[in-house]
Amino acid sequence: MRDIHEHTAGEDLIIKTSVRLMVPFIQVFGLYVIVHGHYSPGGGFQGGVILGASFILLALAFGMKTSQEYMTVSANAVLNNLGPAIFIGVGVLCTLFGGLFLDYSALDKLIPLGPVEWRSFGIFLIEVGVGVAVMSIMVLLYWNLSSGGAMDEGL
Amino acid sequence: MIWQLDLMILTLVVVCALVAINIKDLLGATVVFGIYSFLMCLLWAEMGAVDVAFTEATVGAGVSTIFFIAAILRTTRRSRD
Repeated sequence: MRDIHEHTAGEDLIIKTSVRLMVPFIQVFGLYVIVHGHYSPGGGFQGGVILGASFILLALAFGMKTSQEYMTVSANAVLNNLGPAIFIGVGVLCTLFGGLFLDYSALDKLIPLGPVEWRSFGIFLIEVGVGVAVMSIMVLLYWNLSSGGAMDEGL
Repeated sequence: MIWQLDLMILTLVVVCALVAINIKDLLGATVVFGIYSFLMCLLWAEMGAVDVAFTEATVGAGVSTIFFIAAILRTTRRSRD
């Protein structure tokens, strides 16, 4: 693993240092936007884009290989299938417990929280699925666009 | 809603859109398109659509600009039409 904390006095020391300081805060903000999506501006899509942008920033400053050490290509393939699977899975689970597709109040029969609480919590589950899918797709789009599909050497 | 502010931002949006279409340097067009997206974000936020403004700021001004720059570096910088 290439050491991200290593100080090399190159011409892009400022970019590397500022990116290293910014990326954790960007990721925490992305998680905040996702989990507060159902009662404030934001949601799965915006939070997913912010999380993906943190990995894109890592790839811009440290090279594509470094970003692929933090999110591997196989982990990316798993994540961009997991996101839609969570979305469809929650929807189908609602139909299995007697409701309509994405009618979260039906999940009350699975875990008794009350139908109103489930309507709020079900939206949260959907937001997590959307966020995971959008994050991995954004990173994959950047990898493919900047390397011409080879996903080895990029910007 | 302040209509003077609306009118000012809207004028700048139209100017940025015309510049982004007519400029020959594609990297410059990308930068102007980023400005256009950010002004649209200001306009949405000013009109009270904070969720749309958030999407415009992250996708329009943030990620799509990087995608355009990555695509330009793989192709050519000058437009020939």
